[in-house]
Amino acid sequence: MSGGSRLNSLPDRGAPSEGQAVTVPAGGEPLLSVKNLTVLLPVETRERAVLRDVCLDISAGEAVGLVGESGSGKSMTARAIDRLLPKGAQVQGQIRFAGSDVTGLAGSQLRAYRNRVAMIFQDPRAHVNPVRRIGDFMTEALRTNLGVSGTDASRQAADMLSQVGIEDAQRRLHQYPHELSGGMLQRVMIAAALLTEPALLLADEPTTALDVTTQAEVMAILDELRGRYGLAMLFITHDLELAAAICDRTIVMYAGQVVEVRRSELLHSDPLHPYTAALAAARPDIGQKAARLRAIPGRPLSAFEAPATECAFAPRCRFAEDACREAVPPLIELDGGLSRCVRVTELRGQLEAAHA
Amino acid sequence: MSTAIGMASRRVQARTRGGSLGLLRSTGIAGLVSAAVIAVATVLAVFGPLVAPYNPDLPSLGQAFIGPTGAHILGFDFEGRDVLSRLLAGAQSSMIGPLAVVAGAMALGTLIAVVTAWRQGPVDTVVSSGLDILFAFPGILLAVLAAAIFGAGLTAASVALAIAYMPYVARVLRGAALRERGQPYVAALEVQGASGTSICLRHIIPNMLPLIVAQATIMFGWAMVDLAAISFLGLGVQPPTPNWGVMISENEPGILQGYPLPALAAGLCIVGVVIAFNVLGERLFEQAQAASR
Amino acid sequence: MRWRFLARRLLMLIASLLIASFVIFGALYLAPGNPISALSGGRALPSASLRVLEARYHLNQPFFAQYWYWLENALHGNLGISITLQENVSSVIAARMWTTGGLVLYASLIILVFGIGSGVIAALRPGVADTSVLVSTSISAALPSFVAAIVLITVFSVKLGWFPALGNGTGFWSSVRHFTLPAIALAISSLAIVARVTRAAVREEADREHVQTAISRGIPMRQVVRRHILRNAAIPITTVSGITIASLIAVAAVVETAFSLNGLGAYLVQAAESKDLAVVQGISLVLVTAFVLINAVVDVLYAVLDPRVALGSRAQ
Repeated sequence: MSGGSRLNSLPDRGAPSEGQAVTVPAGGEPLLSVKNLTVLLPVETRERAVLRDVCLDISAGEAVGLVGESGSGKSMTARAIDRLLPKGAQVQGQIRFAGSDVTGLAGSQLRAYRNRVAMIFQDPRAHVNPVRRIGDFMTEALRTNLGVSGTDASRQAADMLSQVGIEDAQRRLHQYPHELSGGMLQRVMIAAALLTEPALLLADEPTTALDVTTQAEVMAILDELRGRYGLAMLFITHDLELAAAICDRTIVMYAGQVVEVRRSELLHSDPLHPYTAALAAARPDIGQKAARLRAIPGRPLSAFEAPATECAFAPRCRFAEDACREAVPPLIELDGGLSRCVRVTELRGQLEAAHA
Repeated sequence: MSTAIGMASRRVQARTRGGSLGLLRSTGIAGLVSAAVIAVATVLAVFGPLVAPYNPDLPSLGQAFIGPTGAHILGFDFEGRDVLSRLLAGAQSSMIGPLAVVAGAMALGTLIAVVTAWRQGPVDTVVSSGLDILFAFPGILLAVLAAAIFGAGLTAASVALAIAYMPYVARVLRGAALRERGQPYVAALEVQGASGTSICLRHIIPNMLPLIVAQATIMFGWAMVDLAAISFLGLGVQPPTPNWGVMISENEPGILQGYPLPALAAGLCIVGVVIAFNVLGERLFEQAQAASR
Repeated sequence: MRWRFLARRLLMLIASLLIASFVIFGALYLAPGNPISALSGGRALPSASLRVLEARYHLNQPFFAQYWYWLENALHGNLGISITLQENVSSVIAARMWTTGGLVLYASLIILVFGIGSGVIAALRPGVADTSVLVSTSISAALPSFVAAIVLITVFSVKLGWFPALGNGTGFWSSVRHFTLPAIALAISSLAIVARVTRAAVREEADREHVQTAISRGIPMRQVVRRHILRNAAIPITTVSGITIASLIAVAAVVETAFSLNGLGAYLVQAAESKDLAVVQGISLVLVTAFVLINAVVDVLYAVLDPRVALGSRAQ
């Protein structure tokens, strides 16, 4: 888990807006609703679960962070939502967008769905076709799916480029991806994603591949545009701090399961799961001296290594007891959040102190 | 500092662990079968004329193109000679030419590759550009030119092909040599005072050996095809010396008369051995690439 | 930026041609004996003819001057006189150029259509199509053209009688019939290589992340295949197709001999056998020039298709 004082350069998030409750928003169904999502992939001739029983909700205009280590299943969740799973994947459970089921869509309906849900990826250089110009890349969806004319599309693209902070947009549109830096390319990708006016943005670690300064700029742009266009966003990262900075709520995943859902500002002061507490504790505090860096003992489990009969985190958890090894803990609702720890009610309050 | 030597020798040991037999075993069934075919061809190349059941050189025109009989399983060629005996005796001239080509091209190519990779700088640029230009000569064309100047024959053709293949070898091996050059153990050895020549000879080249062997194997197949083509054209091995390529051209009239067997049998020998070299070479190549990662 | 690449490539092209022509010309001096005996191919010529040869080749001048005269003549289309045919080499070449050109063109078409076609199909439709392409290319990749030639003659000409075995044919359609088996023989092993490279390139492109981006934006699959997978795979496919076609030029000699076609390659071989050096030099010059030109075109195409190419050649 990385940390840092990037927070200083990020815009103030402010209090969550009125009427935006945490798990079930008041006034109707959430924009995106994922229930009991389990995904099986063929791994070396066997079917392995890479996501188990994932539940999450995102309301219109809400920013939700999805945090976890490598192998926790966070990218896979986003891909499942965008229907980008590899061939041979089996999907069980429900994914509903704007009230209708998404898992069974095909053909033109699937493409229409993909217009309303945009995804941006981690490594912009790998995700943009290197032999086509930037303008072509940005306007492709507009021209193909929405029938916008070439000139109109270019105009919109140029406009969006200036909104993400790229000057001289007209010249940029004619350039090739290799002529732009990584940070600029990521901004281009964000701009391209927003051109089709999606309702939901899935951001899969968009700043991980960038240097720290560029990270801050891109985060600022994301936050600003989200506010301006009223986008809902699922922000995936391995950095707890980063998620807390621009997301109202944060979901923590471990070994393919959701282990905690919490209001971001409460994540540090009052976590509901030992894993979250340990993650937060592992971040070195710049003001403190420590003889050893705090790390979580053991190694993170991938989803398909997680046992089906006990809490996946139990082997590494300092609070584990026999009750934890009897069965997979269910998601417990508590104080407006969710937790997959059977001992959460008694451990509350101690978790924060655990990393002092 | 001895860690550098340790690192270097560990790399070489890791490659040769299990010896050549271990290497062969790891190429799979296809590799083993190919190796067996090559072994048979090599044995024939040495002992072919002795193993042949009938005299491969004695023409007997009255028996020209007679089909297979009990005693002569492949029948007779256009001059009444036993086809099987011709094939067995022909292995020699068909295999020795490619051997010379490969030896020459690999030796020269390795030398140039290692020297340019070691020195780098202007020498490298000039030689590399020169090699790029040399690519202009397809092997067969150079061999035809050589035949026109020096007269038709296996020697001229082999030398010409070796010269034509050399730039390709140099390019492939130069990349590998550059990679080896950049390894930390080389820098460590240099600091210790080892000379460029000794580093190249005792460390860089041995570490490139899997790639060199793989390239040589594949190249043998190409050389065999090219030399057989040149002999087919009449500019390589000269009749009456038995040779598979020559056998195809001299028995081609038989095909039109309805006696395709002599020519086809010779063609099959060529294709069989070439496939064996290709398959084994490709497997060795994969191994060499996996080992260098 | 691309202009620098093109200029450099042009420079290399000219350098290649100069060096190749130098080697071809210099062959005269590599031959045992003196240039006169090499030019006359060991024949005894009357002294008048010898004096003509001396004058034409400027043999009393320094080496480089001779080379210069020879090159100048060549550029003007004067390639000397054939000893055996007593004709201008250039007119001999002109007469036979279309045979070789037609053969190479025919074979190139076969390679492009069937090689690239089967590679694309194998990559995009795994299963039976893929396996059959893999198997057939494994077999045909190992067939040298002269072996393919005799197999084709045996099966399709002698046994089935579908195509004539030897000769050029007269008139367009007859020529096409006569050239079909030779073109197939010439194309067959190159076809296998092109098919395999195409298949590998398309499969690799299909797995790339930028293709995922296009799919995630709801672009229809057919368009994704066309604009992203095939368009990007075109780069390695064009390169390998180009160099395979360039290599056809030399191998055409073998096929022409096998099928008794009166092309440049066949005549080159005959001239080499009869030591008609002027003809050998002339035809070699033409063939090498064609080879170098095609390679240069491939490099340029590569730069056109791949905007990332700045200064280096495709070789780097």
